[in-house]
Amino acid sequence: MGGRDTELVLLDENGIRCDGRKVDEPRRIMIKAGGLKNADGSAYIEFGDNKILVGVFGPRDVHPKHMSNTDTGILRVRYHMEPFSVTERKNPAPSRREIEISKVIKEALEPAVMLDKFPRTAVDVFIEVLQADGGTRCAALSAASVALADAGIPMRDMVAACAAGKAADTIILDVNNEEDQAGQADMPIGYMPSMDKITLLQLDGILTPEEFKKCVETGIKGCKIVYELQKKALTEKYFANGDSK
Amino acid sequence: MTSISVIDDLKKSQILELLEQGKRIDGRTFDEPRKLAIETNAIPKSNGSARVRLGDSEVICGVKIQPDRPFPDMGDKGIFICTAELLPFSHPSVETGPPGPDVIELARVVDRGIRESHMIDLSQLVIEKNKSVVGVFADNVVVDYDGNLFDACAYAATAAILSSKTPKWEMKNEIPTLVDGVEEDVPITTIPVSVTMGKIGNHVIVDPNGDEWDSMDARITITTDSNGNICALQKGGNGGFTYDEVVQCGKTSVTVGAKIREKLKQVMGARK
Repeated sequence: MGGRDTELVLLDENGIRCDGRKVDEPRRIMIKAGGLKNADGSAYIEFGDNKILVGVFGPRDVHPKHMSNTDTGILRVRYHMEPFSVTERKNPAPSRREIEISKVIKEALEPAVMLDKFPRTAVDVFIEVLQADGGTRCAALSAASVALADAGIPMRDMVAACAAGKAADTIILDVNNEEDQAGQADMPIGYMPSMDKITLLQLDGILTPEEFKKCVETGIKGCKIVYELQKKALTEKYFANGDSK
Repeated sequence: MTSISVIDDLKKSQILELLEQGKRIDGRTFDEPRKLAIETNAIPKSNGSARVRLGDSEVICGVKIQPDRPFPDMGDKGIFICTAELLPFSHPSVETGPPGPDVIELARVVDRGIRESHMIDLSQLVIEKNKSVVGVFADNVVVDYDGNLFDACAYAATAAILSSKTPKWEMKNEIPTLVDGVEEDVPITTIPVSVTMGKIGNHVIVDPNGDEWDSMDARITITTDSNGNICALQKGGNGGFTYDEVVQCGKTSVTVGAKIREKLKQVMGARK
């Protein structure tokens, strides 16, 4: 998605981005734990203009049976975008992009979930993107962690996710849709702060080795901001009146 | 099933035990890729092709170049698409039918590495703006499997593109028409090289072979360009990396990648 010429000013002379943010400022983030009645755990996230709903079931019986593992539980993740979530209607069938994102989110969550405690069972995570605006995989991963915690599934840590990137030759935090299209690099990061482990990492776009290092650092800072909001979401649901703190 | 998993577990513990002693199961050092053999023009009927062996993993890539409609928002750019597929005889576990998530990820990561490096100057592949452009399709088929298909496919596709010649088309009566007898080199701006590293325990090794691949906790594929910049990255597997490990992997991908790029440059040098 290299630097195509557009009217858009990605970074003005005062260091302000196209949506009014500073270089190290994430978009507005709102996370809510729970919300769905039938799911064992759920979460809703608004990350800028992204709106994503996540429901979790499990640990429960595995169907089809041959997928079950006698040594450990399995995690299954489906990331799906609604046809109305993007400007041009999206075909509702899962695309190759969605299959890949499902896989990387699954692999980002696996180090956090103590699946070995539930052999022969499955934990299913269903991610539905209601509205997309760049950085859905990070928002989805952050919400999925909260939904898993809401389902009471034992976890080593929550995975917080945020993208960093490069636009107008500057390393920026939380790449939005315009910056993804017209910018120079996009690097989604998923990170477990208490474990100091990066569990999701992708990059497209060109970075020098120094920029690469700075980009990972910037992304981790963003993850730590998201992490606090994830904890806040769970605190608000379970310790609402400040009683059982 | 049971007997296979016992052998697997034994092999895994042996691989880890050796790594603790600083050794690998096939005697390589931690940052040493397997022997890479590249044969170009393996499929003369294609516009460019390569047969690549990375250790015992073998991939054939064929490039087809033909006129196509541009993407709606990219009327001033040619098209590049790279795919990957595992042939049924490449491993006993491969099944025919639509590709699973692993194969889809493989194809997308290989495509992304080449695409994001801007290896092919797509702006030179326009027949008529917004109407007709040249499409470069690099299709990889895996013939034999012994781990690390990410790099094997990436090298095969890169070598095949480097050896490709593109025909020339002109618009005549709104139809792209072949100009006879004209063949040009595909416009190349850089040579991307992907380096895949696996993490087993706390050890990070370059170019895992089949047994190492089955024992990995996590992997990372980093593509660098001719300037030594990083242009694409993908982490995979159900483990994680620390910040320091990621930075180290970035450095390794530049140094190991530079050596492999020399081999790919020979392909480019050989074209007439």
